[in-house]
Amino acid sequence: MTVLFGAFLLTMLVITAIGIVRAQHLFVSVVLSGIYSLQMAGMFFILDAADVALTEAAVGAGVATVLMLSALALLDDRERSAGLKRLLFAVVASATLILLLHASVDMPSLGDPNAPVHTHVAPWYLEETPRLIGMPNVVTAILAGFRGYDTLGELFVIFTAGTGVLFLLASVHERGGLALLPSPDGTGLRHHLVPRLIGRFIVPFIVLFALYVQFHGDFGPGGGFQAGALASAGIVLYALAEGEATALKVLSFRVLTGMIAAGALLYVGVGLACLMLGGTFLDYSVLADDPIAGQHLGILLVELGVGITVSGVLLAIFHSFAAREQRR
Amino acid sequence: MYVAAAIAILVTMALALTRALLGPSVYDRVLAVNMFGTKTVLFLSVIAFLYDRRDFLDLAVAYALINFIGVLAVLKFVQDYRLRHPGEDQR
Amino acid sequence: MAVILDAVSWVLLLAGGAFIFTGGVGVLRMPGFYTRMHAAGLTDTLGTLLTMVGLILQSGFTLSTAKLLAILLFLLLTAPTAAYALANAARLAGLVPERALRSESE
Repeated sequence: MTVLFGAFLLTMLVITAIGIVRAQHLFVSVVLSGIYSLQMAGMFFILDAADVALTEAAVGAGVATVLMLSALALLDDRERSAGLKRLLFAVVASATLILLLHASVDMPSLGDPNAPVHTHVAPWYLEETPRLIGMPNVVTAILAGFRGYDTLGELFVIFTAGTGVLFLLASVHERGGLALLPSPDGTGLRHHLVPRLIGRFIVPFIVLFALYVQFHGDFGPGGGFQAGALASAGIVLYALAEGEATALKVLSFRVLTGMIAAGALLYVGVGLACLMLGGTFLDYSVLADDPIAGQHLGILLVELGVGITVSGVLLAIFHSFAAREQRR
Repeated sequence: MYVAAAIAILVTMALALTRALLGPSVYDRVLAVNMFGTKTVLFLSVIAFLYDRRDFLDLAVAYALINFIGVLAVLKFVQDYRLRHPGEDQR
Repeated sequence: MAVILDAVSWVLLLAGGAFIFTGGVGVLRMPGFYTRMHAAGLTDTLGTLLTMVGLILQSGFTLSTAKLLAILLFLLLTAPTAAYALANAARLAGLVPERALRSESE
Protein backbone atom coordinates (compact mmCIF):
# COMPACT_ATOMS: atom_id res chain seq x y z
CA MET A 1 0.00 0.00 0.00
CA THR A 2 2.76 2.36 0.92
CA VAL A 3 4.50 1.47 -2.31
CA LEU A 4 1.38 2.27 -4.30
CA PHE A 5 0.82 5.63 -2.62
CA GLY A 6 4.50 6.45 -2.80
CA ALA A 7 4.76 5.65 -6.49
CA PHE A 8 1.68 7.76 -7.22
CA LEU A 9 2.93 10.73 -5.25
CA LEU A 10 6.39 10.53 -6.79
CA THR A 11 4.92 10.46 -10.29
CA MET A 12 2.87 13.54 -9.51
CA LEU A 13 6.01 15.11 -8.09
CA VAL A 14 7.90 14.60 -11.33
CA ILE A 15 5.03 16.03 -13.37
CA THR A 16 4.86 19.05 -11.07
CA ALA A 17 8.59 19.59 -11.35
CA ILE A 18 8.39 19.50 -15.14
CA GLY A 19 5.53 21.99 -14.96
CA ILE A 20 7.56 24.31 -12.73
CA VAL A 21 10.50 24.26 -15.09
CA ARG A 22 8.44 24.75 -18.24
CA ALA A 23 6.25 27.58 -16.97
CA GLN A 24 6.77 30.88 -18.70
CA HIS A 25 5.61 33.08 -15.88
CA LEU A 26 7.41 32.86 -12.57
CA PHE A 27 4.13 33.33 -10.76
CA VAL A 28 2.91 30.00 -12.12
CA SER A 29 6.14 28.40 -10.93
CA VAL A 30 5.58 29.74 -7.42
CA VAL A 31 2.02 28.43 -7.30
CA LEU A 32 3.14 25.03 -8.58
CA SER A 33 5.96 24.88 -6.05
CA GLY A 34 3.32 25.19 -3.35
CA ILE A 35 1.79 21.99 -4.73
CA TYR A 36 5.27 20.47 -4.88
CA SER A 37 5.92 20.96 -1.21
CA LEU A 38 2.48 19.54 -0.37
CA GLN A 39 3.35 16.39 -2.26
CA MET A 40 6.68 16.19 -0.47
CA ALA A 41 4.87 16.50 2.86
CA GLY A 42 2.61 13.64 1.80
CA MET A 43 5.64 11.52 0.87
CA PHE A 44 7.32 12.15 4.21
CA PHE A 45 4.10 11.33 5.97
CA ILE A 46 3.73 8.01 4.21
CA LEU A 47 7.31 7.12 5.15
CA ASP A 48 6.45 7.77 8.83
CA ALA A 49 8.64 10.87 9.15
CA ALA A 50 6.10 13.04 10.91
CA ASP A 51 8.37 15.79 12.20
CA VAL A 52 9.79 16.44 8.75
CA ALA A 53 6.33 16.34 7.18
CA LEU A 54 5.07 18.91 9.67
CA THR A 55 7.99 21.21 8.98
CA GLU A 56 7.60 20.80 5.22
CA ALA A 57 3.89 21.57 5.33
CA ALA A 58 4.26 24.55 7.64
CA VAL A 59 7.20 26.10 5.83
CA GLY A 60 6.73 25.07 2.23
CA ALA A 61 3.05 25.64 1.73
CA GLY A 62 2.58 28.55 4.07
CA VAL A 63 5.43 30.90 4.65
CA ALA A 64 7.63 30.08 1.65
CA THR A 65 4.84 30.77 -0.84
CA VAL A 66 4.14 34.14 0.76
CA LEU A 67 7.82 35.07 0.81
CA MET A 68 8.37 34.08 -2.80
CA LEU A 69 5.31 36.03 -3.87
CA SER A 70 6.52 39.08 -1.96
CA ALA A 71 9.87 38.80 -3.68
CA LEU A 72 8.16 38.32 -7.04
CA ALA A 73 6.16 41.50 -6.48
CA LEU A 74 9.42 43.43 -6.60
CA LEU A 75 10.59 41.89 -9.86
CA ASP A 76 9.47 41.36 -13.39
CA ASP A 77 7.33 38.31 -13.77
CA ARG A 78 8.75 36.80 -16.89
CA GLU A 79 11.71 34.46 -16.82
CA ARG A 80 14.69 35.80 -18.70
CA SER A 81 15.65 33.39 -21.45
CA ALA A 82 19.09 31.90 -20.79
CA GLY A 83 20.11 31.19 -24.36
CA LEU A 84 23.24 29.11 -24.82
CA LYS A 85 23.87 28.94 -21.08
CA ARG A 86 21.04 26.42 -21.02
CA LEU A 87 23.38 23.90 -22.55
CA LEU A 88 25.86 24.41 -19.74
CA PHE A 89 23.11 24.04 -17.14
CA ALA A 90 21.88 20.85 -18.80
CA VAL A 91 25.38 19.36 -18.79
CA VAL A 92 25.99 20.18 -15.12
CA ALA A 93 22.56 18.87 -14.07
CA SER A 94 23.00 15.64 -16.05
CA ALA A 95 26.48 15.07 -14.61
CA THR A 96 25.16 15.53 -11.07
CA LEU A 97 22.26 13.20 -11.79
CA ILE A 98 24.56 10.47 -13.09
CA LEU A 99 26.83 10.85 -10.07
CA LEU A 100 23.88 10.58 -7.70
CA LEU A 101 22.47 7.54 -9.45
CA HIS A 102 25.87 5.88 -9.40
CA ALA A 103 26.20 6.58 -5.68
CA SER A 104 22.72 5.33 -4.88
CA VAL A 105 23.35 1.94 -6.47
CA ASP A 106 25.56 0.95 -3.56
CA MET A 107 23.16 2.12 -0.88
CA PRO A 108 21.04 -0.47 0.93
CA SER A 109 17.39 -0.54 -0.09
CA LEU A 110 14.85 1.46 1.85
CA GLY A 111 13.86 -0.33 5.05
CA ASP A 112 16.38 -3.13 4.67
CA PRO A 113 16.73 -4.63 8.15
CA ASN A 114 20.40 -5.47 7.58
CA ALA A 115 21.42 -1.96 6.66
CA PRO A 116 24.07 -0.51 8.99
CA VAL A 117 21.74 2.25 10.10
CA HIS A 118 19.22 -0.28 11.32
CA THR A 119 21.73 -2.58 13.00
CA HIS A 120 23.98 -0.06 14.73
CA VAL A 121 22.62 3.47 14.94
CA ALA A 122 18.86 3.20 15.23
CA PRO A 123 18.68 0.40 17.85
CA TRP A 124 21.18 2.26 20.05
CA TYR A 125 19.09 5.41 20.07
CA LEU A 126 15.83 3.54 20.47
CA GLU A 127 17.16 1.66 23.48
CA GLU A 128 19.11 4.41 25.14
CA THR A 129 16.59 7.24 24.82
CA PRO A 130 14.11 5.88 27.40
CA ARG A 131 16.98 5.22 29.76
CA LEU A 132 18.94 8.43 29.35
CA ILE A 133 16.32 11.00 28.41
CA GLY A 134 12.94 9.41 28.99
CA MET A 135 11.11 11.14 26.16
CA PRO A 136 8.65 9.39 23.83
CA ASN A 137 9.60 11.38 20.74
CA VAL A 138 13.02 10.04 19.86
CA VAL A 139 13.47 12.58 17.06
CA THR A 140 13.31 15.50 19.46
CA ALA A 141 15.55 13.67 21.90
CA ILE A 142 18.19 13.19 19.21
CA LEU A 143 17.77 16.68 17.80
CA ALA A 144 18.00 18.63 21.02
CA GLY A 145 19.66 16.13 23.33
CA PHE A 146 22.13 13.77 21.76
CA ARG A 147 22.96 16.08 18.84
CA GLY A 148 22.53 19.42 20.51
CA TYR A 149 25.60 20.90 18.85
CA ASP A 150 24.18 20.27 15.38
CA THR A 151 20.95 22.01 16.29
CA LEU A 152 22.93 24.90 17.70
CA GLY A 153 24.64 25.16 14.33
CA GLU A 154 21.32 25.03 12.48
CA LEU A 155 19.97 27.75 14.74
CA PHE A 156 22.90 29.97 13.92
CA VAL A 157 22.47 29.30 10.21
CA ILE A 158 18.90 30.60 10.49
CA PHE A 159 20.10 33.51 12.60
CA THR A 160 22.72 34.43 10.00
CA ALA A 161 20.22 34.16 7.16
CA GLY A 162 17.81 36.47 8.93
CA THR A 163 20.50 38.97 9.80
CA GLY A 164 21.79 38.90 6.23
CA VAL A 165 18.37 39.62 4.79
CA LEU A 166 17.87 42.43 7.26
CA PHE A 167 21.19 43.97 6.27
CA LEU A 168 20.21 43.86 2.62
CA LEU A 169 16.61 44.96 2.79
CA ALA A 170 15.85 46.80 5.99
CA SER A 171 17.82 49.89 5.11
CA VAL A 172 14.66 51.45 3.73
CA HIS A 173 13.42 52.07 7.24
CA GLU A 174 14.40 55.39 8.74
CA ARG A 175 15.23 55.50 12.39
CA GLY A 176 12.11 56.17 14.43
CA GLY A 177 9.19 57.95 12.82
CA LEU A 178 8.54 55.37 10.16
CA ALA A 179 5.53 56.73 8.32
CA LEU A 180 2.98 53.96 8.40
CA LEU A 181 1.53 53.87 4.92
CA PRO A 182 -2.00 52.61 4.44
CA SER A 183 -2.10 49.04 3.15
CA PRO A 184 -1.98 49.01 -0.64
CA ASP A 185 -5.16 47.00 -1.06
CA GLY A 186 -7.47 49.96 -0.66
CA THR A 187 -8.52 50.47 -4.23
CA GLY A 188 -10.64 48.30 -6.46
CA LEU A 189 -11.50 45.06 -4.76
CA ARG A 190 -14.06 44.96 -2.04
CA HIS A 191 -13.80 41.32 -1.16
CA HIS A 192 -12.06 42.20 1.99
CA LEU A 193 -14.82 41.82 4.53
CA VAL A 194 -15.32 38.06 4.47
CA PRO A 195 -11.69 36.91 4.15
CA ARG A 196 -10.60 39.53 6.64
CA LEU A 197 -13.11 38.40 9.19
CA ILE A 198 -12.30 34.74 8.82
CA GLY A 199 -8.58 35.49 8.77
CA ARG A 200 -8.81 37.46 11.97
CA PHE A 201 -10.80 34.67 13.57
CA ILE A 202 -8.25 32.00 12.71
CA VAL A 203 -5.08 33.85 13.75
CA PRO A 204 -5.36 33.15 17.50
CA PHE A 205 -5.96 29.47 16.81
CA ILE A 206 -2.84 29.26 14.68
CA VAL A 207 -0.74 30.91 17.38
CA LEU A 208 -2.26 28.64 20.02
CA PHE A 209 -1.57 25.60 17.90
CA ALA A 210 2.00 26.78 17.39
CA LEU A 211 2.44 26.90 21.16
CA TYR A 212 0.95 23.42 21.42
CA VAL A 213 3.35 22.08 18.78
CA GLN A 214 6.26 23.77 20.54
CA PHE A 215 5.67 22.21 23.90
CA HIS A 216 4.16 18.93 22.75
CA GLY A 217 7.27 18.19 20.73
CA ASP A 218 8.47 15.87 23.46
CA PHE A 219 5.54 13.52 22.96
CA GLY A 220 4.40 13.85 19.38
CA PRO A 221 5.58 15.42 16.16
CA GLY A 222 6.67 18.92 16.87
CA GLY A 223 9.47 21.01 18.19
CA GLY A 224 10.96 24.42 17.76
CA PHE A 225 11.29 24.67 13.99
CA GLN A 226 7.73 23.65 13.26
CA ALA A 227 6.33 25.88 15.98
CA GLY A 228 8.31 28.89 14.76
CA ALA A 229 7.09 28.40 11.20
CA LEU A 230 3.48 28.02 12.34
CA ALA A 231 3.57 31.06 14.62
CA SER A 232 5.05 33.24 11.90
CA ALA A 233 2.46 31.90 9.44
CA GLY A 234 -0.24 33.07 11.83
CA ILE A 235 1.16 36.57 12.09
CA VAL A 236 1.64 36.66 8.31
CA LEU A 237 -2.04 35.82 7.96
CA TYR A 238 -2.83 38.71 10.26
CA ALA A 239 -0.64 40.96 8.12
CA LEU A 240 -2.40 39.82 4.95
CA ALA A 241 -5.83 40.38 6.46
CA GLU A 242 -5.21 43.72 8.14
CA GLY A 243 -2.27 45.20 6.27
CA GLU A 244 1.44 45.05 7.02
CA ALA A 245 1.40 48.38 8.80
CA THR A 246 -1.01 47.08 11.42
CA ALA A 247 1.04 43.94 11.87
CA LEU A 248 4.13 46.07 12.40
CA LYS A 249 2.29 47.98 15.08
CA VAL A 250 1.61 44.69 16.82
CA LEU A 251 5.13 43.29 16.49
CA SER A 252 7.54 46.05 15.56
CA PHE A 253 10.93 45.51 13.98
CA ARG A 254 12.57 46.16 17.31
CA VAL A 255 10.66 43.28 18.88
CA LEU A 256 11.44 41.02 15.94
CA THR A 257 15.16 41.67 16.02
CA GLY A 258 14.99 41.18 19.77
CA MET A 259 13.34 37.80 19.22
CA ILE A 260 15.97 36.73 16.71
CA ALA A 261 18.73 37.44 19.18
CA ALA A 262 16.88 36.18 22.25
CA GLY A 263 16.37 32.68 20.91
CA ALA A 264 20.00 32.19 20.05
CA LEU A 265 21.04 33.67 23.40
CA LEU A 266 18.71 31.28 25.21
CA TYR A 267 20.23 28.27 23.51
CA VAL A 268 23.80 29.31 24.22
CA GLY A 269 22.78 30.43 27.69
CA VAL A 270 21.52 26.96 28.53
CA GLY A 271 24.85 25.54 27.37
CA LEU A 272 26.78 28.01 29.49
CA ALA A 273 24.56 27.30 32.50
CA CYS A 274 25.42 23.62 32.12
CA LEU A 275 29.10 24.58 32.08
CA MET A 276 28.76 26.66 35.19
CA LEU A 277 26.88 23.93 37.02
CA GLY A 278 29.73 21.53 36.51
CA GLY A 279 28.89 19.57 33.37
CA THR A 280 30.15 20.00 29.84
CA PHE A 281 28.62 22.42 27.34
CA LEU A 282 25.01 21.42 26.62
CA ASP A 283 25.08 18.48 29.04
CA TYR A 284 21.60 18.98 30.45
CA SER A 285 21.84 16.34 33.16
CA VAL A 286 23.31 18.84 35.60
CA LEU A 287 20.42 21.29 35.32
CA ALA A 288 18.26 19.55 37.91
CA ASP A 289 18.68 17.08 40.74
CA ASP A 290 17.52 14.15 38.67
CA PRO A 291 19.44 13.75 35.38
CA ILE A 292 16.32 12.83 33.45
CA ALA A 293 14.46 15.90 34.73
CA GLY A 294 17.51 17.93 33.81
CA GLN A 295 17.41 16.56 30.28
CA HIS A 296 13.74 17.44 29.98
CA LEU A 297 14.32 20.96 31.21
CA GLY A 298 17.28 21.48 28.94
CA ILE A 299 15.49 20.21 25.86
CA LEU A 300 12.44 22.35 26.66
CA LEU A 301 14.48 25.54 26.94
CA VAL A 302 16.58 24.79 23.92
CA GLU A 303 13.57 24.08 21.70
CA LEU A 304 11.96 27.27 22.97
CA GLY A 305 15.03 29.20 21.86
CA VAL A 306 14.83 27.62 18.43
CA GLY A 307 11.13 28.47 18.12
CA ILE A 308 11.63 32.10 19.09
CA THR A 309 14.45 32.65 16.64
CA VAL A 310 12.75 30.89 13.74
CA SER A 311 9.53 32.86 14.09
CA GLY A 312 11.44 36.11 14.49
CA VAL A 313 13.52 35.47 11.37
CA LEU A 314 10.57 34.49 9.17
CA LEU A 315 8.52 37.48 10.26
CA ALA A 316 11.42 39.90 9.84
CA ILE A 317 12.06 38.62 6.30
CA PHE A 318 8.38 38.92 5.45
CA HIS A 319 8.18 42.48 6.72
CA SER A 320 11.37 43.46 4.92
CA PHE A 321 9.95 42.33 1.59
CA ALA A 322 6.49 43.73 2.22
CA ALA A 323 7.67 47.11 3.44
CA ARG A 324 9.98 47.44 0.46
CA GLU A 325 7.02 46.86 -1.81
CA GLN A 326 5.14 49.70 -0.16
CA ARG A 327 7.98 52.11 -0.70
CA ARG A 328 7.91 51.86 -4.49
CA MET B 1 -12.46 1.30 3.56
CA TYR B 2 -9.71 3.73 4.40
CA VAL B 3 -7.85 2.54 1.36
CA ALA B 4 -10.81 3.29 -0.91
CA ALA B 5 -11.18 6.80 0.46
CA ALA B 6 -7.42 7.37 0.24
CA ILE B 7 -7.34 6.25 -3.39
CA ALA B 8 -10.28 8.51 -4.26
CA ILE B 9 -8.51 11.46 -2.65
CA LEU B 10 -5.23 10.68 -4.41
CA VAL B 11 -6.92 10.50 -7.79
CA THR B 12 -8.61 13.84 -7.13
CA MET B 13 -5.25 15.31 -6.24
CA ALA B 14 -3.96 14.19 -9.62
CA LEU B 15 -6.96 15.77 -11.35
CA ALA B 16 -6.42 19.04 -9.49
CA LEU B 17 -2.76 18.96 -10.49
CA THR B 18 -3.80 18.62 -14.12
CA ARG B 19 -5.99 21.66 -13.81
CA ALA B 20 -3.12 23.57 -12.18
CA LEU B 21 -0.86 22.72 -15.09
CA LEU B 22 -3.46 23.41 -17.79
CA GLY B 23 -5.60 26.20 -16.39
CA PRO B 24 -5.68 28.99 -18.93
CA SER B 25 -6.10 31.76 -16.40
CA VAL B 26 -4.25 32.36 -13.17
CA TYR B 27 -7.44 31.95 -11.16
CA ASP B 28 -7.85 28.40 -12.46
CA ARG B 29 -4.44 27.55 -11.08
CA VAL B 30 -5.16 29.13 -7.70
CA LEU B 31 -8.39 27.19 -7.56
CA ALA B 32 -6.54 23.98 -8.25
CA VAL B 33 -3.92 24.71 -5.57
CA ASN B 34 -6.59 25.45 -2.99
CA MET B 35 -8.35 22.22 -3.86
CA PHE B 36 -5.06 20.34 -3.66
CA GLY B 37 -4.53 21.79 -0.22
CA THR B 38 -7.84 20.65 1.22
CA LYS B 39 -7.40 17.23 -0.36
CA THR B 40 -3.99 16.99 1.31
CA VAL B 41 -5.57 17.60 4.69
CA LEU B 42 -8.12 14.86 4.06
CA PHE B 43 -5.44 12.50 2.73
CA LEU B 44 -3.30 13.05 5.83
CA SER B 45 -6.26 12.38 8.13
CA VAL B 46 -7.33 9.20 6.34
CA ILE B 47 -3.76 7.88 6.17
CA ALA B 48 -3.31 8.60 9.88
CA PHE B 49 -6.24 6.29 10.52
CA LEU B 50 -5.06 3.75 7.96
CA TYR B 51 -1.64 3.38 9.51
CA ASP B 52 -3.10 3.63 13.03
CA ARG B 53 -0.96 6.62 13.94
CA ARG B 54 -3.58 8.84 15.48
CA ASP B 55 -1.04 11.27 16.89
CA PHE B 56 -0.15 12.29 13.35
CA LEU B 57 -3.42 14.17 13.10
CA ASP B 58 -1.49 17.19 14.34
CA LEU B 59 -0.12 17.58 10.84
CA ALA B 60 -3.59 17.70 9.36
CA VAL B 61 -4.64 20.38 11.85
CA ALA B 62 -1.54 22.41 11.05
CA TYR B 63 -2.15 22.16 7.38
CA ALA B 64 -5.84 22.99 7.60
CA LEU B 65 -4.85 26.25 9.26
CA ILE B 66 -2.05 27.09 6.84
CA ASN B 67 -3.88 26.35 3.61
CA PHE B 68 -5.87 29.53 3.83
CA ILE B 69 -2.78 31.73 3.96
CA GLY B 70 -1.49 30.61 0.60
CA VAL B 71 -4.73 31.42 -1.19
CA LEU B 72 -5.03 34.85 0.40
CA ALA B 73 -1.41 35.68 -0.39
CA VAL B 74 -1.83 34.69 -4.01
CA LEU B 75 -4.97 36.75 -4.38
CA LYS B 76 -3.35 39.79 -2.84
CA PHE B 77 -0.37 39.42 -5.14
CA VAL B 78 -2.52 39.08 -8.25
CA GLN B 79 -4.56 42.12 -7.28
CA ASP B 80 -1.45 44.23 -6.67
CA TYR B 81 0.03 43.02 -9.94
CA ARG B 82 -3.04 44.14 -11.83
CA LEU B 83 -2.90 47.53 -10.19
CA ARG B 84 0.66 47.97 -11.32
CA HIS B 85 0.28 46.51 -14.82
CA PRO B 86 -3.19 47.51 -15.96
CA GLY B 87 -4.53 46.02 -19.14
CA GLU B 88 -2.39 42.89 -19.35
CA ASP B 89 -4.17 39.70 -20.23
CA GLN B 90 -4.33 36.88 -17.76
CA ARG B 91 -2.15 33.83 -17.72
CA MET C 1 -23.91 -1.00 18.22
CA ALA C 2 -20.32 -1.13 17.14
CA VAL C 3 -21.31 -2.84 13.91
CA ILE C 4 -23.85 -0.11 13.16
CA LEU C 5 -21.26 2.60 13.83
CA ASP C 6 -18.78 0.80 11.62
CA ALA C 7 -21.30 0.44 8.81
CA VAL C 8 -22.38 4.08 9.02
CA SER C 9 -18.81 5.33 8.99
CA TRP C 10 -18.02 3.02 6.05
CA VAL C 11 -20.90 4.53 4.10
CA LEU C 12 -19.89 8.08 5.03
CA LEU C 13 -16.28 7.55 4.03
CA LEU C 14 -17.25 6.05 0.69
CA ALA C 15 -19.77 8.83 0.04
CA GLY C 16 -17.15 11.42 0.94
CA GLY C 17 -14.68 9.81 -1.41
CA ALA C 18 -17.28 9.73 -4.19
CA PHE C 19 -18.12 13.42 -3.78
CA ILE C 20 -14.46 14.36 -3.71
CA PHE C 21 -13.81 12.38 -6.86
CA THR C 22 -16.81 14.03 -8.54
CA GLY C 23 -15.38 17.40 -7.64
CA GLY C 24 -12.07 16.47 -9.18
CA VAL C 25 -13.69 15.38 -12.41
CA GLY C 26 -15.74 18.57 -12.42
CA VAL C 27 -12.70 20.77 -12.04
CA LEU C 28 -11.16 19.11 -15.04
CA ARG C 29 -14.14 18.88 -17.36
CA MET C 30 -16.19 22.00 -16.72
CA PRO C 31 -15.99 24.64 -19.47
CA GLY C 32 -15.30 27.91 -17.69
CA PHE C 33 -13.68 29.22 -14.52
CA TYR C 34 -16.88 29.89 -12.62
CA THR C 35 -18.33 26.46 -13.30
CA ARG C 36 -15.08 24.90 -12.13
CA MET C 37 -15.24 27.08 -9.04
CA HIS C 38 -18.69 25.71 -8.41
CA ALA C 39 -17.50 22.13 -8.69
CA ALA C 40 -14.42 22.65 -6.52
CA GLY C 41 -15.97 24.78 -3.81
CA LEU C 42 -19.09 22.76 -3.16
CA THR C 43 -17.53 19.31 -3.26
CA ASP C 44 -14.59 20.44 -1.15
CA THR C 45 -16.83 21.36 1.73
CA LEU C 46 -19.27 18.49 1.45
CA GLY C 47 -16.60 15.87 0.90
CA THR C 48 -14.69 17.17 3.90
CA LEU C 49 -17.77 17.04 6.06
CA LEU C 50 -18.67 13.48 5.13
CA THR C 51 -15.13 12.12 5.39
CA MET C 52 -14.44 13.80 8.71
CA VAL C 53 -17.71 12.65 10.27
CA GLY C 54 -16.94 9.14 9.05
CA LEU C 55 -13.54 9.27 10.74
CA ILE C 56 -15.02 10.74 13.93
CA LEU C 57 -17.44 7.84 14.17
CA GLN C 58 -14.46 5.52 13.95
CA SER C 59 -12.55 7.07 16.79
CA GLY C 60 -15.11 7.50 19.55
CA PHE C 61 -14.60 9.86 22.48
CA THR C 62 -10.86 10.34 22.32
CA LEU C 63 -8.42 13.16 21.68
CA SER C 64 -8.45 12.21 18.00
CA THR C 65 -12.10 13.22 17.83
CA ALA C 66 -11.27 16.63 19.21
CA LYS C 67 -8.55 17.08 16.60
CA LEU C 68 -10.83 15.88 13.82
CA LEU C 69 -13.51 18.31 14.99
CA ALA C 70 -10.94 21.11 14.92
CA ILE C 71 -9.92 20.19 11.37
CA LEU C 72 -13.55 20.02 10.33
CA LEU C 73 -14.33 23.39 11.85
CA PHE C 74 -11.40 25.13 10.23
CA LEU C 75 -11.97 23.57 6.83
CA LEU C 76 -15.67 24.44 6.97
CA LEU C 77 -14.72 28.01 7.74
CA THR C 78 -11.91 28.52 5.30
CA ALA C 79 -12.88 26.51 2.21
CA PRO C 80 -16.04 28.53 1.40
CA THR C 81 -14.22 31.77 2.23
CA ALA C 82 -11.39 30.94 -0.13
CA ALA C 83 -13.93 30.05 -2.83
CA TYR C 84 -15.75 33.33 -2.29
CA ALA C 85 -12.56 35.40 -2.28
CA LEU C 86 -11.31 33.68 -5.43
CA ALA C 87 -14.56 34.11 -7.36
CA ASN C 88 -14.90 37.73 -6.25
CA ALA C 89 -11.33 38.56 -7.22
CA ALA C 90 -11.79 36.94 -10.62
CA ARG C 91 -15.05 38.78 -11.31
CA LEU C 92 -13.66 42.13 -10.26
CA ALA C 93 -10.61 41.57 -12.42
CA GLY C 94 -12.89 41.15 -15.40
CA LEU C 95 -13.07 37.43 -15.98
CA VAL C 96 -16.39 36.97 -17.76
CA PRO C 97 -18.55 33.87 -17.27
CA GLU C 98 -18.75 31.52 -20.25
CA ARG C 99 -22.48 31.81 -20.81
CA ALA C 100 -22.36 35.60 -20.96
CA LEU C 101 -19.68 35.49 -23.65
CA ARG C 102 -21.58 33.06 -25.77
CA SER C 103 -24.96 34.81 -25.53
CA GLU C 104 -23.32 38.09 -26.51
CA SER C 105 -21.81 36.61 -29.63
CA GLU C 106 -25.05 34.91 -30.74
